[in-house]
Amino acid sequence: MRKAISYVTVAGMLFFLFAVAGALPQLYDPNSPAARHVSPRYIEKSHEEIGSANYVTAVLADYRGYDTLGETTVIFTAGVVTVMLLRTGLKRKKL
Amino acid sequence: MNRDFGSIVLDTAFRYLVPFILVYGVYVLLHGEESPGGGFQAGALFGIAIIIARLVQGEKCELNIPGNAAVVLGGLGTFIFGFIGLLCIFFGGNFLEYGVLSFLPEPQRHTLGILGIEIGVTICVMATIITIYDALTRREVSL
Amino acid sequence: MSKEFLSQYLLYWLIAVLFMIGPIGMIFKNNLMKKLMAMNIMQVAVIIFFLALGQKMDATLPIEIPGLTGVTNYINPLPHALMLTAIVVSLSTTGVALALLLLIQKKYGVLEEDEVLRRMDQ
Repeated sequence: MRKAISYVTVAGMLFFLFAVAGALPQLYDPNSPAARHVSPRYIEKSHEEIGSANYVTAVLADYRGYDTLGETTVIFTAGVVTVMLLRTGLKRKKL
Repeated sequence: MNRDFGSIVLDTAFRYLVPFILVYGVYVLLHGEESPGGGFQAGALFGIAIIIARLVQGEKCELNIPGNAAVVLGGLGTFIFGFIGLLCIFFGGNFLEYGVLSFLPEPQRHTLGILGIEIGVTICVMATIITIYDALTRREVSL
Repeated sequence: MSKEFLSQYLLYWLIAVLFMIGPIGMIFKNNLMKKLMAMNIMQVAVIIFFLALGQKMDATLPIEIPGLTGVTNYINPLPHALMLTAIVVSLSTTGVALALLLLIQKKYGVLEEDEVLRRMDQ
């Protein structure tokens, strides 16, 4: 029974992903919705506002610097969690 | 102890490979505004260089950052990032608004601010990669 | 094999197949390590999907070339910035997951899911 539900769920997800491909935006289209909203501002104004030739760096570190701060915190937290997981087990054994 | 790891082939390849990886990491970090690159990639390169040293020469290798120091360095990198953001508030702007940092020369304020936070990101990513590798390969883990 | 089929349906279908390796592996595989690998493949599919959405016809990399201006000459820099951070986060989540798997291996001796569940009940 559980196997049957798994097969039906996976088949349904695959069919849904295939069926929805026609409604997604045309690839390589300069006027697709993803290319019209905020990215023209980044490309046009980045040179005078930031002065950086690499637009990805300008977006990453200046326009969305707050996101990158959260990102760095997540990475640091992951490192600390790894150390805590593997070293506290060591101490519990020695007690 | 010296012969637990490595052979003549590995040692020679290590000696020729690692300086280029380190120089390429510095290039990717400093040219992040002009060419493809940035803090995350440079941190990954530095971390890989030290992991290669650990793999070839073992725990006692010369190019090394110990696991405990790596945790502290990760915190230091995150602190550099947040400190530059708070410095902008101290000079009267918003968080991470580099244009108000008046001790920097006028046209390069944004670029130097981006370079500062990318140095922080580099240290954090490098230290985290070393931390994860060190914790996963530590010998005496037992539960 | 029209141009529309190649540039619209085929790429999305390939990404969908790559994405579905993740849920299929996570549901049907028994080994926890293989489940983690399936999750990483799913992450790669999402990254490729975002990068494909950022492309433009006849455009170059999002790095400014002197003298070349105009929005349509550069591809969208926003998906690149987002996915750059997603890759690094996937590295750290993989590290934490490997640490957890190491602890499970140390405590129960195996990584097979049903065997771990059986030994957990004892």
